[in-house]
Amino acid sequence: MEYKPIRKVVSGNYAAAYAAKHARVEVVAAYPITPQTSIIEKIAEFIANGEVENLQYVPVESEHSAMAACIGASAAGARAFTATSAQGLALMHEMLHWASGARLPIVMVDVNRAMAPPWSVWDDQTDSLAQRDTGWMQFYAENNQEVYDGVLMAFKVAETVNLPAMVVESAFILSHTYDIVEMIPQELVDEFLPPRKPLYTLTDFDNPIAVGALGGPNDYYEFRYKIEKAMDEARKVIKEVGKEFGEMFGRDYSQMIELYRTDDADFVFMGMGSLMGTVKQAVDVLREEGYKVGAAKVRWFRPFPKDELYELAKNVEGIAVLDRNFSFGQEGILFNEAKGVLYNTDAHPIMKNYIVGLGGRDFTVNDVKKIAENMKAIIEKGELDVEVDWYHLKR
Amino acid sequence: MEIPENVKKRLSIPAEEHFYAGHTACQGCGASLGLRYVLKAYGKKTIFAIPACCSTIIAGPWPYSALNANLFHTAFETTGAVIGGIEAALKAKGYKVKGEDGIMVVGWAGDGGTADIGLQALSGFLERGHDAVYIMYDNEAYMNTGIQRSSSTPYGAWTTNTPGGKMHFLEKRNKKKVIDIVIAHDIPYAATASVAYPEDFIRKLKKAQKIPGPSFIQLFAPCPTGWRSPTDKSIELARLAVQTAYFPLFEYENGKYKINMPSTKKEPKPIEEFLKLQGRFKYMTKEDVEILQQWVLHEWEKLKKLAEVFG
Ligand SMILES: Cc1ncc(C[n+]2csc(CCOP(=O)(O)OP(=O)(O)O)c2C)c(N)n1
Ligand code: SF4
Repeated sequence: MEYKPIRKVVSGNYAAAYAAKHARVEVVAAYPITPQTSIIEKIAEFIANGEVENLQYVPVESEHSAMAACIGASAAGARAFTATSAQGLALMHEMLHWASGARLPIVMVDVNRAMAPPWSVWDDQTDSLAQRDTGWMQFYAENNQEVYDGVLMAFKVAETVNLPAMVVESAFILSHTYDIVEMIPQELVDEFLPPRKPLYTLTDFDNPIAVGALGGPNDYYEFRYKIEKAMDEARKVIKEVGKEFGEMFGRDYSQMIELYRTDDADFVFMGMGSLMGTVKQAVDVLREEGYKVGAAKVRWFRPFPKDELYELAKNVEGIAVLDRNFSFGQEGILFNEAKGVLYNTDAHPIMKNYIVGLGGRDFTVNDVKKIAENMKAIIEKGELDVEVDWYHLKR
Repeated sequence: MEIPENVKKRLSIPAEEHFYAGHTACQGCGASLGLRYVLKAYGKKTIFAIPACCSTIIAGPWPYSALNANLFHTAFETTGAVIGGIEAALKAKGYKVKGEDGIMVVGWAGDGGTADIGLQALSGFLERGHDAVYIMYDNEAYMNTGIQRSSSTPYGAWTTNTPGGKMHFLEKRNKKKVIDIVIAHDIPYAATASVAYPEDFIRKLKKAQKIPGPSFIQLFAPCPTGWRSPTDKSIELARLAVQTAYFPLFEYENGKYKINMPSTKKEPKPIEEFLKLQGRFKYMTKEDVEILQQWVLHEWEKLKKLAEVFG
């Protein structure tokens, strides 16, 4: 079948809901939280209108139970999906470990929202990044199209390596902003993403299994190692799946870090998610002004794209890491990770951390330009002014 | 050992064993007996969800399992949600769930995992109407973590965080009536049961299997370790709990209450008979015993009234 995209103008959240529908999810556990709610509402609408078959919708009483229900469903062999944000994700935390530990390929959309207090419903990546060590893969979407594509790819990767995956989009900037999304006809999605073949299920009654039992000091260690092996395997699978997606649908995701005009760049801006759209636009402007700059968008934060980062770092003089998140007592989380990767290599560009956009603070092309000026000065001088720059701080 | 067909026919409970020898319960453990009966009633076409509790240990560590059925070990407070998810998956995949030839989805959780930390997930499970059975085995404390109180611990009982000491500090509140909370959800079937009455328990399990929708059974399951009672007295204790009306057996079915035993005519035995076999009550004064006795009789009268009015 020849690929003819179906163009729809949708919000990031509706893009997520359509992707879940096209992935033929079998169980959706649903609990509302702003700005995620319209994802689960849209899925409910699909059911009410008879647009989906064999989809069980479980309107649970909390996010903790949402993840628990997905875990039960996935362990019983179903393709399970849920979505949440901020406080909801934090409440789920315990169960995120359960999902990866039981090796269940659940896919969840997290709408990045700042953690309270103070209450905030706006964009901030600390909620998802705080789940860094749970054994979940994490894909950060730049725009609504990537939310849609990300969900479809996440299922495929997750079901190949038997680990859960989170697709992350930013609050309001994507979740509630409408944009053209090219959707894929169902038959072609089915071709790309065939029905799940579970690693194990609870429905073989002749060969019963027990999942998640006590693992003593003699065994636990190996269980952890196997999760890490799967994460490592995921790097390969992500690239293959991203390439296949590109070949089938024209949007290539074979790079875990998307590089934008970095080939001859003196320094680059590195970051994740929707803010990278702004950054790319700023790069174009800066290039016209004579700056040799580029953008490096980290698509997959887990598994972390170590090799790609090294290749990039080898060829630039500086990296400005833009973190819309913060690890208190240390620094921006992406900055911290990136520095860690490069320590034992021969690639040591000047790296500076800019904390930007926390809690939905506006981040514009002009801001990127200011950061570029600062980076340029630092590189010329050959030394940092400060390592971690709270860029927007009102002084 | 093969049981001859003619003998099998005369047995009132299934002869098949799906609970293996080699499980790791303490001697005289009521919970392990309960699990054995559930497996007898439902057979191997069953999916269990067991949260953190003694039964995690009883079922055995990886790579073992004492259950000849599928088992998902889950987080402490998630039983209701996990069995809901399992049931949803089975339905999405077109399996028959519940009924005599369907797959049985069983949540098996302790009183702590049910009445305390898991109450929210239980409530969600009941209210959404999943076709599954939730069994709370009630040993009246958190045994797995070393005998701490739960909201199902009775008045006066010693536990490691409600000890009896020089200041005579005891558990000063009454046992939470979880089953009343369950019934308030207006589900089709809820019942109490006891390991001392296996026929009654299995009959109730079978009923829960047949009736569509969520069912709940609260199983009284003595714990010699936590109750400081002799290991050979568990059945006697479970029987006395019923005969003293401390833990009466009853069913709630489609709005109707039915007391199963003891006879509503007979006066319940004095509560001392139940208490005196257990070390956990030895700190109680006469007044304490009387307070507990009054509560028991009060609740018993309430139940009798319910059975009379809504029988
Ligand atoms: C979130 C969480 N908090 C605490 C624990 C520790 N914990 C494990 S089992 C248990 C008590 C279980 O008590 P109960 O449900 O009554 O079952 P029993 O051990 O008596 O069989 C506790 C507190 C846990 N596993 N998870
Ligand atoms: S502590 Fe009690 S409930 Fe736990 S296994 Fe031992 S007897 Fe059974």
